Amino acid sequence: MLLPRAIPLRERELPGAGLTQKQAVIMSPLVSIENVDMRYGGPGGTLAVSGLNLKIERGEFVAVVGPSGCGKSTLMKLTTGLHIPQGGTVIVANQEVTKPVSIVGMAFQNPTMLPWRTTLENILLPLEIVERHRHRLRANKKEYVAKAEALLETVGLKGFGDKFPWQLSGGMQQRANLCRALIHEPELLMLDEPFGALDAFTREELWCVIRDLHASQDVTIVLVTHDLRESVFLADKVVVMSARPGRVISEHVVPFARPRQLDILYKPEFNDMVQALQGEIATARAAA
Amino acid sequence: MTSVESVIAASTLPPPRDAFQINWIRLAPWLYTIGLFVVWEIGVRISGLPHTILPTPSRIFEAIVQYWSPIWKNSLQTLYTTVLGFFIAVIAGLGIGLFIGWSKTIYAGLYPIMIGFNAIPKVALVPILVIWFGIGTVPAVLTAFLISFFPIVVNVATGLATIEPETEDVLRALGAKKMDIMLKVGIPRSMPYFFGSLKVSITLAFVGSVVSETVASNNGLGNMMASAQSNFNVPLVFAGLLMLAVEGIAMYALMAWLERRMTGWAHRSTMSN
Repeated sequence: MLLPRAIPLRERELPGAGLTQKQAVIMSPLVSIENVDMRYGGPGGTLAVSGLNLKIERGEFVAVVGPSGCGKSTLMKLTTGLHIPQGGTVIVANQEVTKPVSIVGMAFQNPTMLPWRTTLENILLPLEIVERHRHRLRANKKEYVAKAEALLETVGLKGFGDKFPWQLSGGMQQRANLCRALIHEPELLMLDEPFGALDAFTREELWCVIRDLHASQDVTIVLVTHDLRESVFLADKVVVMSARPGRVISEHVVPFARPRQLDILYKPEFNDMVQALQGEIATARAAA
Repeated sequence: MTSVESVIAASTLPPPRDAFQINWIRLAPWLYTIGLFVVWEIGVRISGLPHTILPTPSRIFEAIVQYWSPIWKNSLQTLYTTVLGFFIAVIAGLGIGLFIGWSKTIYAGLYPIMIGFNAIPKVALVPILVIWFGIGTVPAVLTAFLISFFPIVVNVATGLATIEPETEDVLRALGAKKMDIMLKVGIPRSMPYFFGSLKVSITLAFVGSVVSETVASNNGLGNMMASAQSNFNVPLVFAGLLMLAVEGIAMYALMAWLERRMTGWAHRSTMSN
C-alpha cells in the first residue's frame, strides 16, 4: 500500500494567496528542527540523533514512532529545551531554543504526581513555576482552581481534586497528569509514552480523552509512542525514526477523517496502515 | 427439622463479636517486657549468681528506689545533654544535608569526607573536646551532636538526590530554577527521610552523651554508672542502664510520633481503589 507523503497542513492553516509578511510568520511551523545532532557524554559518547529534520505545524497532532533507542525521548528533550543540540538548530515558536521553553506541557509514562499534594494541588503546580502565572496565582487562586476543576471534568475526574494521587488508580493518575500538563495552556503538549503502563481498556479510554482535548483546545501535540495503533488512531502525521543514531526516515499523513471513533481500529484500511508502519520499523531495526 | 433450621440460621449469621476482645498487639510490648524481667529474675535466682555479677530485676528496682534522688538528677542531666546535642544535630544535619544534596559536585566532594569522619570512633574525640572545653556538659553535648548528625545529613541528602528525573524534567521545561525544584519537590520529598533519620539519631545521641559523661564528666548517668562500678555497686549500674533504656524508648517514641504526624502521606495505607 502506498502512503501519502505530502507534508500535512490542516485546512485552516493552508496558506492562502496574498499573505502579508506578518501572517507568513504566524504560518511558520511551531516547531522546526533542522539538521540536529545530539551526542550524550562528551565527544566520544553515543550519538543519539543525527541529521534530524522535523517540522510541526501549529495545531497539528504528530506521533513519533520507531525502534527502541531511536532517540524519541531525545527529540522531546530537544524540543522542550532541556537539551541543547551540539549541531543544527531547534526553533520553537519562532525562537531558537537555547534554554527551556516554557510554552510546553509534558507528560511521561510515569505520572510523577507529588504524593504530599492533593490531585488539585498537583495540577496547580506548573502555575507556581511558570513566570506568567506564578505572580498572579495567589490573588487569582479561585479562577485557577475553577480552571483546574474544569480540566478535571474534561478528563472524567470531576470531584477527585481533593483526593491524594495515591488514592487514585493508575489510569486516573495519568488523567490527572494530563491535566497538570495542560493547566498553563501550553501551545505544545509533549507526551512520552503516556499510556505505556496502562491496561488496554484504560488506554483506549484515554486515547479518546486526548482526541477530545486536541479537538476542543488549541494545542499542538507531539506523542512519542511504541504503539502503532495508538499513533495512527490519534495523529495527523506519523513520523518514523530510524534506529540509533535517530533521524526521520519517513512521514505519513493519516488520511482518516476526524472525529475518529474507536471502531476505526477494526477497519481494514486502518490495519493496513498500521501494518505498513510495522514493516517500515522492522526494516529500520534490521538496518541497525 | 427445627434443629436443621437453627443450624442454617446460625451459619448464615456472622460470628458474634466479643465486646471484650483483648487487643494482643497493643498489649504485646508490655507483656514481652514483663516476660523478659520475669525470665531474668527466675534465671538469676535459679543459677544463684551474686548480685555483684548480675543483679535480679527486683534488686535493680530496689536500687532505683533507694538512690532515686541521684538517679533522677543524673537522668535529667543526661537527657538535657542528649537532647541539646541532638537538637544541634538536627539543625546542622538539615542544613548540611540540604547543602550536600543541592548539587552533584558538592555531594561528590563532601561525601567521602563525611564517611571518613563518621568512621572515627567518637569516644576518641572526647579527649580533644576536653582539651578545648574542659570536662562537663559541653563535651557531652558535642559528642551527642557529632555522633547523631551523620544519619540526618545522609538521609536529607539522599532525599534530595533521588528526585525522579521525570519530575525534574517537567518542572525544568516550565522554566523552573534549581531553587523552585528544591522548594517544591526536593525538600518536601526529603522530609520522610529526615523524620525517619531522627529515630536513628536520637538513640545515637544517647550513646554519645553517655560515652562522654563516662570519660569526662562529674555528672550524668554515664558518670554515675562509672562511679557506681568503681564501688562495686552493680545494682546501681544496672539501674542507670534501665533509666537510659527508658529515656531512649521515650525519645524514640516521640520521634516516631513526630514522623507520623509530619509525613503521614509517606505512611499511607493502600486504601486506593
